[in-house]
Amino acid sequence: MPELSYREAVRDALATAMRQDDGVFIMGEDIAEMGGSMGVTSGMLEEFGRERVRNTPISEMALAGAAIGAALQGMRPVAEIMYEDFMTLAAEQVVNQAAKLRYMSGGQLTVPVVFRTQGGAGWSPGAQHAQQLEAWFVHIPGLKVVFASTPEDVRGLLWSAIYDDNPVVFFEHRTLYGIKGNVPEKIEPIPIGKARVHREGEDVTVIATGRLVHESLAAAEEAEKQGVSVEVVDPRTLQPLDEETLVTSVKKTNRAVVAHEAVTRMGFGAEVASVLQYQAFDWLDAPIERVGAKFSPLPFAPVMEQFVVPHADDVLQAILRTVNKA
Amino acid sequence: MVDECHRTNHKLRAVAKVETKTSLAKGDLRDVLREMLLIRRFEEKVEERFRAGDLPGFLHVAIGQEACAVGVCRALEDGDIIASTHRAHGHTLAKGTHPNELMAELYGKTEGCSHGYGGSMHLYDVERGNMGANAVIGGGLPHITGAALAFQMRGEPRVALAFFGDGATNIGTFHESLNLAQLWKVPAVFVLEDNKWAESTPESQHSPIRDLSERAKAFGMKALKADGQDVEAVYKTARQALEHARSGKGPVFVHLDCVRLHGHYIGDPQVYRDKDEARKLAETRDPITMLRGKLELSDEEFEELDVEVTEIVEASVEFAKNGTDPAPEDALKNIYA
Repeated sequence: MPELSYREAVRDALATAMRQDDGVFIMGEDIAEMGGSMGVTSGMLEEFGRERVRNTPISEMALAGAAIGAALQGMRPVAEIMYEDFMTLAAEQVVNQAAKLRYMSGGQLTVPVVFRTQGGAGWSPGAQHAQQLEAWFVHIPGLKVVFASTPEDVRGLLWSAIYDDNPVVFFEHRTLYGIKGNVPEKIEPIPIGKARVHREGEDVTVIATGRLVHESLAAAEEAEKQGVSVEVVDPRTLQPLDEETLVTSVKKTNRAVVAHEAVTRMGFGAEVASVLQYQAFDWLDAPIERVGAKFSPLPFAPVMEQFVVPHADDVLQAILRTVNKA
Repeated sequence: MVDECHRTNHKLRAVAKVETKTSLAKGDLRDVLREMLLIRRFEEKVEERFRAGDLPGFLHVAIGQEACAVGVCRALEDGDIIASTHRAHGHTLAKGTHPNELMAELYGKTEGCSHGYGGSMHLYDVERGNMGANAVIGGGLPHITGAALAFQMRGEPRVALAFFGDGATNIGTFHESLNLAQLWKVPAVFVLEDNKWAESTPESQHSPIRDLSERAKAFGMKALKADGQDVEAVYKTARQALEHARSGKGPVFVHLDCVRLHGHYIGDPQVYRDKDEARKLAETRDPITMLRGKLELSDEEFEELDVEVTEIVEASVEFAKNGTDPAPEDALKNIYA
């Protein structure tokens, strides 16, 4: 099994799809010579040329909309939106157009487009370059939303996203690009809508996304030392949500913590908590704990940024509260 | 799970006849007049049925702008595609959708061209190259740029064409899409139907320049102009634009100077508009009167056309009224492919 970084895994999915399929191409700001702001598409211009690795002007509406238009005509474009924060600029096209074209046309249109984007705190970019906005998009019928946390998952899920006939908003986490992991020799598609149990446990289930998957795994190790057995589940796809895997896990452990980097209030975790309390009400032995960012824009000063977003210790404390050990 | 509605094939034969020549012969013009008159009578019927309480939703009729729709759509080749606007009935009929299917959509029936999921502002007929009306101003412009990009990348001799109004020239998608289209030299045509009104706001209040084709020139884009009330001029200019785009020379901006004879929406009291101005435009700039004069049709000849299209429109109302209501739970279909 080869080892790839998360960044290389994303690139491998894109490049492999482009090698086998002329309909797949990528477009975005600074993705050609520069290889994107995170270096994900580095080297792809040399292999595929300017026709299929398209630098665009700083025009998120046209970039997203042109990708939609090409998708409507049978291509499978992958549009890179440099930062999640800039998804707000593309939002009209993603929310009003891509998500609804099939519906409004009564099933005539198909929109096989992927909007790749990334964000995440931990390097002090301030309030406009690190938000986690997945909750905005899971609320929109017609979109699929993916948020992968490991090299293997990001590669297999991006592959599935490219070949999905629906618009997919594909979130990557900025601080994960450097992490390494084993991946299968050949790309194995990971179905959209299937959660992954990262670690089995008996006492508490932690349902985490993105960077918080890794923070939760660290917290689980620590909890183990204190005699609490923790199961860690990553939904990987936020829409559609693999409710079955999450509910099954909580019915086994009887306790749940939901953790993400995005602001807790009105966050994706609220929906997960609601699903769990409704479907596993009689199995729950403690209130569902939620871990996320404080209700604040992301500040610049590193000490303030670290204060706002959650870390392994926040997850650990939440785990311990569910077993009355906090 | 696929387009369960669309699979039931009730596609009807086109009433509009699509031909492609560099200019229109006299015989064609009679047919063009018939088509424009069909749109006019259709729109008048839509106004009547809305006022009678038959039709739900927001409706915008294209009365006065028939020559733009017919002139441009006649100039298209098979395989070319269009994106329309909120004022879409005329474009939809001109692109070949049967009036029955259009009227059925306005009635919210499954036989409608969007099977009841779209309505007046979301009319689609993908088989006929109509990629849809759009209720967001400028919403379809980037799709046309991207569709044209797909044609260019695959080496297909097709053109993607967007209709939009003068109000749309102020929105970001307009500027971003024209910039990108010109930068990539994609085979797109951008047709501005300049009726001088953005809903209730006159052009003098929404644009600092009087000649909106200057905006295309700012991107280095070829810009053509025509009298949008003169269907022959529209057709000729559209042909020229389409040829330019199709030959790989890049996108073209077509500025059609036209008039909106009625309100922004049905029921618009137009308190913002000088009544005399609208009356004067109806007397001097009605595209149907203009073409009728040019063809020197007798009253009998015109009457004959009128009776024919009126029957088609009446039949479309009957078709729509007898159409099938979707089951309420059909609302949950077609969300995902």
